[in-house]
Amino acid sequence: MNSPSLVDTTPDTAMTAPSRGRLVYRHRWPIRLMHWINVIALSILFMSGLQIFNAHPSLSLGNRSDPGKEILALDARMGADGKLVGVTRIGRHEFVTTGVLGVSAGPDGQPQVRGFPSWLTIPGPRWLAMGRQWHFFFAWVFVLNGLCYLGYSLATRHFQRDLVPTKQDWRGIGRSIVDHIKFKHPHGEEALRYNILQRLAYLVVILVFGIGIVLMGLAMSPRMDAVLSPLVEAVGGRQSARTIHFIIAWGFVAFVLIHVFEVIITGAFNQLRGMITGWYRIDETPTPGEAGEATENRHD
Amino acid sequence: MTDRRSFLRLAIGGAASLVLAGCDRISESSWGPKVLNKAQGLNRRVQALLAPSSAMAKEYTEADLSPVFRSNGTAMPTTPAYQALLANGFRDYRLQVGGLVDRPMSFSIDDLKQIEQVAQITRHDCVEGWSAIGKWHGVRLSHVLDKVGVQAKARYVVFHCYDEMDPGEPYYESVDIPEARHPQTLLAWGLNDKPLPIKNGAPLRLRVSRQLGYKQAKYIARIELVDSFAHIAGGNGGYWEDYGYEWYAGI
Repeated sequence: MNSPSLVDTTPDTAMTAPSRGRLVYRHRWPIRLMHWINVIALSILFMSGLQIFNAHPSLSLGNRSDPGKEILALDARMGADGKLVGVTRIGRHEFVTTGVLGVSAGPDGQPQVRGFPSWLTIPGPRWLAMGRQWHFFFAWVFVLNGLCYLGYSLATRHFQRDLVPTKQDWRGIGRSIVDHIKFKHPHGEEALRYNILQRLAYLVVILVFGIGIVLMGLAMSPRMDAVLSPLVEAVGGRQSARTIHFIIAWGFVAFVLIHVFEVIITGAFNQLRGMITGWYRIDETPTPGEAGEATENRHD
Repeated sequence: MTDRRSFLRLAIGGAASLVLAGCDRISESSWGPKVLNKAQGLNRRVQALLAPSSAMAKEYTEADLSPVFRSNGTAMPTTPAYQALLANGFRDYRLQVGGLVDRPMSFSIDDLKQIEQVAQITRHDCVEGWSAIGKWHGVRLSHVLDKVGVQAKARYVVFHCYDEMDPGEPYYESVDIPEARHPQTLLAWGLNDKPLPIKNGAPLRLRVSRQLGYKQAKYIARIELVDSFAHIAGGNGGYWEDYGYEWYAGI
């Protein structure tokens, strides 16, 4: 069951600078392309999504948005000095968030009533119709790209091989958690393999966040609800679907922050090169013949 | 390493603000919205495939009704024609139905009530994001269309309204024939067992339960059957459509 060697060592690096490790072809081009399309689509979806959210900057549960029953609201009130005060309400707790949430600078620099600030929304000014155009266009990019990714990685067994945890992975979960807390990362060949937390994170993001956010988006569509109403009712109603859509969007943000953090502490340059050109350096000098013996190392 | 780090930081910060400015430029360009708008046709076709035109919107129970059914857009039309009707309790109101029909007719609210009286409890989803549930009383639009006889070349039903969003810019909306003939598409004169409140569109409003709120034209004065709405107002089939919102408001 040995697959052919997929580890290439560039001759020049391997011969001229063996002490710096060797370059390994880690990510195939379709995965790299789909990764970066996803970066663009998710960024635009997130920011145009906040533009749409700003048209009704609060969240409710159930099917209705009854005033006074919001679980989250970005609001504004007039302060004693006649200046606008931005207010964020979570349940019954109220926080003053002037400048960022509720009230922030408009196009003219003056404080303006708006949920999220203009530097977080596409377009910058309040423009719901245009925010929707961006959102739905890139929703299609996200969905089609995601379907291509699933099809490709299932067909090439990347998904089953690199993402689905093995029994051994599960047994090592305790150690992996400790290693992550200590920011200790594997080196050499071991760095090429996704660890258990990485596998679980990717699986949750792809299968739960990815599919979930699309379904919750569709559950907000009145036309789709004619056939999706069992799903809508299962999550509590259309406003619940909207709330879950919002929470998953921030779940993606949390994932991206952790993902980028891990990329930086494990070598931003090397990781970026890996995802742009495919070539990733492992800090280990190859022993003769090792490249030939290595099995699947490519993570795509 | 610090060089690399500050370079990265600069690059990321610079790229982000460039992308944002770029997105705003694209939004204001002539070609950008046209490209983005391609998604609208895709939404309409795919949604028609997944949720066929016969699919029914969920009907709720009395327990699900919103305590207060909020009003959006116009809450009190100021046009003289509307004010005159209001002063007389809408007794002189006549719904005009014309255009590509065999028999142009006009109907009082009582005429409509004689055709049939149905009720439905459906959810209203605003493009802004909020939802409300109301019990609507009215007549199926398809029955009114049958009375006047729709000509074969008619493709859209246009609703001309009494309210002006800006002086000289009356509200209007349009739906296609399949949507107009959907059994849940009503001309509604009542809300929650009472006559339609003024803020919700008295004396008559449209209910198309599988589309967003801006489709649900209030204060309907006249219904016109057309083969194209390109010649009406901004030519996009509705007041908000002329301001860049999608004609197909199923999502």
